[in-house]
Amino acid sequence: MTREMTGAKMVVQALKDQGVDTVFGYPGGAVLPIYDEIFQQNDIRHILVRHEQGAVHAAEGYARSTGKPGVVLVTSGPGATNAVTGLTDALMDSIPLVVLTGQVPTFLIGSDAFQEADTVGITRPCTKHNWLVKDPDALSATIHEAFHVATAGRPGPVLIDIPKDVQFAAGTYSAPKPSTSHYQPRVKGDLEEITELVAAIEKAKRPVFYTGGGVINSGPAASQLLRELVEATGFPITSTLMGLGAYPASGRNWLGMLGMHGLYEANMAMHGCDLMIAIGSRFDDRITGRIDAFSPKSIKAHIDIDPSSINKVIKADIPIVGDVAHVLEDILKVWKARGRKTNAEAVSKWQSQIGDWRKINCLAFTGSDKTIKPQYALQRLEALTKDHDRYITTEVGQHQMWAAQFLNFEDPNRWMTSGGLGTMGYGFPASIGVQMAHPDALVINVAGEASWLMNMQEMGTAVQFRLPVKQFILNNERLGMVRQWQELLHGERYSHSWSEALPDFVKLAEAFGAKGIICKDPADLDDAIMEMINYDGPVIFDCLVEKHENCFPMIPSGKAHNEMLLGEAETQGVIDTQGAALV
Amino acid sequence: MSALHIKKGATKHSAYNLRPSFSDVQERHTLAVLVENEPGVLARVIGLFSGRGYNIESLTVAEVDHTGHRSRITIVTTGTPQVIEQIKAQLGRIVPVHEVHDLTVEGPSVERELAMLKVVSDGEKRVEALRLADIFRANVVDSTLGSFVFEITGAPDKIDAFADLMRPLGLAEIARTGVAALLRGE
Ligand SMILES: Cc1ncc(C[n+]2csc(CCOP(=O)(O)OP(=O)(O)O)c2C)c(N)n1
Ligand SMILES: [Mg+2]
Repeated sequence: MTREMTGAKMVVQALKDQGVDTVFGYPGGAVLPIYDEIFQQNDIRHILVRHEQGAVHAAEGYARSTGKPGVVLVTSGPGATNAVTGLTDALMDSIPLVVLTGQVPTFLIGSDAFQEADTVGITRPCTKHNWLVKDPDALSATIHEAFHVATAGRPGPVLIDIPKDVQFAAGTYSAPKPSTSHYQPRVKGDLEEITELVAAIEKAKRPVFYTGGGVINSGPAASQLLRELVEATGFPITSTLMGLGAYPASGRNWLGMLGMHGLYEANMAMHGCDLMIAIGSRFDDRITGRIDAFSPKSIKAHIDIDPSSINKVIKADIPIVGDVAHVLEDILKVWKARGRKTNAEAVSKWQSQIGDWRKINCLAFTGSDKTIKPQYALQRLEALTKDHDRYITTEVGQHQMWAAQFLNFEDPNRWMTSGGLGTMGYGFPASIGVQMAHPDALVINVAGEASWLMNMQEMGTAVQFRLPVKQFILNNERLGMVRQWQELLHGERYSHSWSEALPDFVKLAEAFGAKGIICKDPADLDDAIMEMINYDGPVIFDCLVEKHENCFPMIPSGKAHNEMLLGEAETQGVIDTQGAALV
Repeated sequence: MSALHIKKGATKHSAYNLRPSFSDVQERHTLAVLVENEPGVLARVIGLFSGRGYNIESLTVAEVDHTGHRSRITIVTTGTPQVIEQIKAQLGRIVPVHEVHDLTVEGPSVERELAMLKVVSDGEKRVEALRLADIFRANVVDSTLGSFVFEITGAPDKIDAFADLMRPLGLAEIARTGVAALLRGE
């Protein structure tokens, strides 16, 4: 079906036809015609953020908690440049976004017009793809193609730059039709390679699944199939920060997160395994530690939809290009057809070795009845919220790692954190996006005070749209993660790593018309958390925690998995003998 | 069939044959990249190389199919086998890229480059320049009493050799097109 309409109307029509219900944005001169169309309809809700970075992170939160692409609308020039951090964040974490930017009219492009920026040039390296649309007749097809590119294959952010005269001009609108684009990443894995992996599964003595955000991006079916495969084989499973929730934390084969601040048992299993099955994970340096000492004795199978992920960092012995759900389905089929074999005896020995590592209790910390330990705060938050319909976002720093360690995720799409880019300021706007998508859920942003201040203006958004997001700030008055590195690696020279002149968070909340809670006594913590949960509206929870706590375990940069620092749990000798046994 | 339209198994280095055989040896590869002829596509390819720290020794681009909107980019690059594999995979990931071919491994291929050299000299040197040009089958495309412009086509090392010979004979300026390459045979 085609019909005549203005470019601005086409934008709104195309979004509707793509099933978009929410747009995060901020107006300005170069998008006024589109805002005019938004004004005259009720199908799409527009959330007015307070900074364009917030719009992009909110859209990321929306996308990660729903599996649908997030949509952003911002103006030209500063609107577009403010979106760059969010775009880069989404690219690193493979989050599907469609970002629409206004541009100066085509006849002014190149003249340094007011609020002109080379948006497609600036965002070329931080989008999966982008377009400048100069022809109104091409606009609707470009928008439909943008949704296809954002979601097909490895997801990512795309951007469409729309000059103002194109928004005013009339053109022909065409409705979405099945994509005829040549961009059709393959989803089925090669059966020969899958069979080779199955053969390795049958023989493995010390197998481990190492899963990542790709499982979650692949959709709920992927998590379901992963669970089936893990249960059926009885192999232990660990996950990256990005992949938490794909396999339930309560599952019997769960090792916890791996990596720089991952669990001892998870990293030791990675180091000592003889078969590593990487699924939708990309061997980031936060995962591998020192490359030449990374899991030295294992056969590595790598399943990824993006061929460039394979062999980028670590050589894959069994490379499988395909969508996680499709590949897992075929693995299960082939494995069942060949008689569901595993080396059960060896695997159970391996499980008991892992059990020994678990006994080290690597997350142990010294409690206190005087100050709130951040780990304790998260343990209580977990206990008091785990039965809720709960979504967690985080900022970046120690609190983020503790949240990953101490909160348990039973399902995918419940955990939104900036993994690849590590963007302070991500969590608050992301929580707004999540709450928009899940109005009745309990949405908590586990924050550090420094990160939180980076996008605190979004309090206005939360209050305006009555989004009851809970800002759970572990306030150590420090740029804690920076302080930790300075303590461990820079001779305790704490160069600019403390938060001075902090606001009174309770008054700040009240100034925005929200609720503020402060808590500094461990004895009051449970009541204070309950008060936060039960309050029907946005809350800033200022949780004053121990200022000098370090986050352990930690693999210092450039060290191997079996060279972890264990903090409180460290018992000299244990690491050496256990580690040595497997190296 | 692969998304890159490379027949699987056609070469041992195709983008989907991901079996590693990595070494530290630097290799020189000629890649043919078929792209949608749309604005910015060259910037994407060049940005990939600069952003990820890969080498470009030579790059040529021109439309090869007007109705089909296809351009062909020929890139000569160097790197370890792992880097070459990454380059191909990263190129294949760019949305308007249709096909990536590694002519060095899919080969044998023919590589040609065109160069124009301005040689300013007189007397013996001028005669010698003309004599050598003849040997190299370079054409004179412009001449004055004190200068020649030679046009030469050939593999890059032939052009290098010709330029080396012209240097002492008054080479004043050189313009090279970069490499164009095709697979031999059908
Ligand atoms: C935008 C940005 N700037 C700088 C950094 C570097 N950085 C990583 S963690 C951190 C400190 C975060 O402090 P806070 O939010 O209070 O969290 P804490 O570590 O104290 O829990 C900094 C500065 C970053 N990740 N992002
Ligand atoms: Mg802090």
